[in-house]
Amino acid sequence: MEKSLLAPGHRACAGCAMPTTIRLVLDAAGPDTIVVSPTGCLEVTTTPFPESAWCVPWIHSLFENASAVASGVEVMLKRRGLKTNLVIIGGDGSTFDIGMGSNSGMFERGHKILYVCYDNEAYMNTGVQRSGSTPFCVHTTTTPSGSQSQGNPRPKKDMPAIALAHKVPYVATASVAYPVDLRRKVKRALEVDGPSYIQVSAPCITGWTFEAGTMIQLARLAVESGLWPLLEYEKGELVGVKKIRQQKSVEDYLKMQGRYKHLFKKAECANSLGQIKAMADENIAKYNLVD
Amino acid sequence: MSNKTANMKVVEGSYAVAHAVMCCRPDVISAYPITPQTHIVENLSQMVADGELDSEFLTVDSEFSALSVLVGASAAGARSYSSTTSQGLALMYEVLYNVSGMRLPIVMNVANRAIGAPLNIWNDQQDAIGARDVGWIQIYVEDVQEAVDATLQAYKIAEDANIRTPVMVCMDGFVLTHVYEPVELLDPEKSREFLPDFKPADILDPAHPKTFGAFADPSTFTEFRYQQFEAQIKALSKIEETARQFEETFGRYYGGLIDGYHLEDAEIVIVTLGSVIGTIKDAIDGMRSEGKKVGLLKIRSYRPFPVEALRKALKNASVIAVIEKDVAIGGEAGLVTDLKAAFYNSSIRTPIIGFAAGLGGRDITVKGIRKIVERAQQARKGIESEFEFLDLRTEIL
Repeated sequence: MEKSLLAPGHRACAGCAMPTTIRLVLDAAGPDTIVVSPTGCLEVTTTPFPESAWCVPWIHSLFENASAVASGVEVMLKRRGLKTNLVIIGGDGSTFDIGMGSNSGMFERGHKILYVCYDNEAYMNTGVQRSGSTPFCVHTTTTPSGSQSQGNPRPKKDMPAIALAHKVPYVATASVAYPVDLRRKVKRALEVDGPSYIQVSAPCITGWTFEAGTMIQLARLAVESGLWPLLEYEKGELVGVKKIRQQKSVEDYLKMQGRYKHLFKKAECANSLGQIKAMADENIAKYNLVD
Repeated sequence: MSNKTANMKVVEGSYAVAHAVMCCRPDVISAYPITPQTHIVENLSQMVADGELDSEFLTVDSEFSALSVLVGASAAGARSYSSTTSQGLALMYEVLYNVSGMRLPIVMNVANRAIGAPLNIWNDQQDAIGARDVGWIQIYVEDVQEAVDATLQAYKIAEDANIRTPVMVCMDGFVLTHVYEPVELLDPEKSREFLPDFKPADILDPAHPKTFGAFADPSTFTEFRYQQFEAQIKALSKIEETARQFEETFGRYYGGLIDGYHLEDAEIVIVTLGSVIGTIKDAIDGMRSEGKKVGLLKIRSYRPFPVEALRKALKNASVIAVIEKDVAIGGEAGLVTDLKAAFYNSSIRTPIIGFAAGLGGRDITVKGIRKIVERAQQARKGIESEFEFLDLRTEIL
């Protein structure tokens, strides 16, 4: 493998999926790439002035404006006659929540920009608070489990569907545990003449609390249980589904993580567990994941 | 103001400013419509549509996104332009700090307007004065011609390698944006000569990868701020120098940092900014004919605040009355507070009184100015009230 475009020495946690995800994205995009990032773990861990882990041009402005910033970069690149790849890499907080207006504007204007969301399903940089991406029943510091609570009361926001509603010509889900699939999707997205959106499952060791060394295994189980289907849409049509040989246990996936442990301590959580299993089964049926 | 040429056209203020922007040749424009800024961006859109202006015009989802687009564009090497007002400027607040902190030389016309609640679309200067500390240079203009000329000057100031600081050209909403006045539109060729193409040293370029917008911890943050502070101090002479260069090319001069009217022998000096100056000059003409030694000091550069120039220009005044279209609720108001601060450590002990006037578009009349001058005269014997609301309608309180 050639030298990575994200240098070692960044300050992400050991066992974090984010740097692995970014390296895979940059491998696929290559050196003729400009990256725009919103505020978040990625920005904080890779650019403590005067250091930077970025071997491609990189710009961060604010938490909620990466799509607008990238739009400005894109029009100026076109004006300069450059065909440089332009990739936004942001977490789920900026993607699903605070940056939604800016994202919607960028999608709608049809800029040639790849938006990669490393989705760790909560505001991890500020200490594991709930985001619009946090799944049902997850314990976070703002949706804690307790005598009156089973964690986050709402299901995860369907961000790919929001991108599709904007007629974004290429939309995909991916996982850090499927590097070949992720790299291929990034390359495909960069070929598209217009915006593209890839949402990558990226477990956070601090927020999800799992055993060090099991990050890839966990991300793989999310896919194999049916909770994180790997999908690919072109021009609104579902054109790619990663099949599962055999559905793995949802409970096994949940039990590996501290953020779900409350579900296994109280009998009254059985109903919630059933609902999470039903979500996985629905995905299996909807996307025909198992032959 | 001197005017050597007389190729005047009667046009709307917003058109004149849009024409000036065209002469600045921005690569990227992004704006969100808000009254009373709309005519500026409508005119620019039409100029792009007609092929008169070779710019990328991005219509966006909010003022927040408009200025954010320019962050990316500017970092990618674009001369960048936006215009907004009031709530729109407030919505940009977070980005304003970002632009100045990243040292991006963006220029923006602010069509000054009140900020709600209560909702009010008319002119005052609460919007820009409220953003005085965001690290942008702020130039306030008196009339449409000055708005035109200051817009061209703004890029020259902002893009100077030693300054690299964004500039707001503040023009009173409606009063200047919607008025039809005789204006000399800028000559595109002379403008190009005055303002060459923007060629920044550091841009987003894969051949020379650089990191923009890194985070700074306590060991370096102060130095980032200090450099911005220092750049604004350097801008004091740059603003003056640019005004003089403009005069050489175009024959018009408004004072660099400040300007005066009957200031030399004035005992009572009114200090203010913006379009109300026309009314004040009329009032002064009347009072001068009655033998009253009243003068005017116009603040052109509010940020950087020209402390030395003010100390020098106001040292002989017996009393100073500040008129401003903003109020610092819980304090006094922006300009009067800054002026007092500028004098405190000097030998000047002139009484200073402040007036909030023209809020939410209420007319400031000659009668109102005369009332202020009467108050100032009384203050020479002792200040009764340091800060007042002009023409307060006590009957509806």
